[in-house]
Amino acid sequence: MTAAALIALLIGMLLLLIRAIAGPTLYDRVLAVNSFGTKTVLALGLLGFVMGRPEFLDIAILYALINFVATIAILKFFRYRSFQVPLVRRGGQGGGNNG
Amino acid sequence: MGDLFANIADFWGMVRFPLGAALCLGGGILCLIGSVGVLRFPDFYTRLHAASITDTAGAILILLGMGLMAPGWLVVSKLVAIFVFLFLTGPASSHAAANAAHTAGLQPVIGPIGQRSDDDDEAA
Amino acid sequence: MERGAPVAYFLGLLVALVGFWLGMSGHFSPLLLTFGAVSVAVCLILAYRLDIIDREGAPYVRILGYAMYFPWLMKEIVKANITVIRACVKADLDIVPALVKVKTTCRTDLAKVTFANSITLTPGTVTVEVEGDKMLVHALYEQEAQPEAFEDMDRRSRIAADGKGADA
Repeated sequence: MTAAALIALLIGMLLLLIRAIAGPTLYDRVLAVNSFGTKTVLALGLLGFVMGRPEFLDIAILYALINFVATIAILKFFRYRSFQVPLVRRGGQGGGNNG
Repeated sequence: MGDLFANIADFWGMVRFPLGAALCLGGGILCLIGSVGVLRFPDFYTRLHAASITDTAGAILILLGMGLMAPGWLVVSKLVAIFVFLFLTGPASSHAAANAAHTAGLQPVIGPIGQRSDDDDEAA
Repeated sequence: MERGAPVAYFLGLLVALVGFWLGMSGHFSPLLLTFGAVSVAVCLILAYRLDIIDREGAPYVRILGYAMYFPWLMKEIVKANITVIRACVKADLDIVPALVKVKTTCRTDLAKVTFANSITLTPGTVTVEVEGDKMLVHALYEQEAQPEAFEDMDRRSRIAADGKGADA
């Protein structure tokens, strides 16, 4: 039954891949890639359980972190067209809305 | 008393694997539904909602199921770490995507959308 | 945000890092424990140099408030999930997307982040923009995202992040 869950996840990832390729705007693609990453984390964990080796969870943790950083980095790049812009603005009002 | 406790432990050891596998399957199906939603919904902002099913319900169910099937406390602690990461980073990246799209001037589709089951590329 | 951060935040970060290392490694041999101690020390020094050992960087003193907030948030997430899943699998779409302005009574940044993240975490609503004490929320169903619907969440996240005494 765990294998069935893994297959369901993989089909879901395939559908997301369609959205990532077809997605009309950049943000659809970013969203699809981000969601794909979350599913990859879960699929890695499940794969470990299916193969009887829960050590795969370490890789899943790593992937969760990389996924988040990658999403933020892509969004930042396409917003400022550069990685050299500081994201943190201290002291300014409304400091919560920088992406 | 000790007998009852042993019985409960036996029952738990017997039931936790099917229960965990069932929870994993439920979570996998929810993730699939979320993907279908991402594919079906008409514009970026609504797709964001569909994607958050994967981030919340799917992740909770699958991690809970894996926790029930876990062979030791080490695996459980790693699952808890993944849970915390996903719950802190998921909404942050969703908000970052939504905010970037809004700042870039992507207008959301407002108002009732119904009786339209065809595909959705006109919303961009 | 001056140098010389309160010891409580420092200790909280220390405990969290040690717990994280032990939870990840699971080995208790002297060599690996030494590695762990060195890693934790390096992390603490870096955090101090980055000047992030403050109320937001180490919110462990509020962990009780968050522990009480979490079950309620879970309940909301489950309720909202049912709505969105139904919208996803329905044969013909009948969604009513809307942009709603929500006013928050949260004062501190931590409370605002808690509130905005709670909104985003609940499927069906996404915080699009935070400006001062107003938030722009995109919702899947207009009728379920009237500003009154967020009052309870607003109050609870304020209590979770600031404590009961911090009324607006």
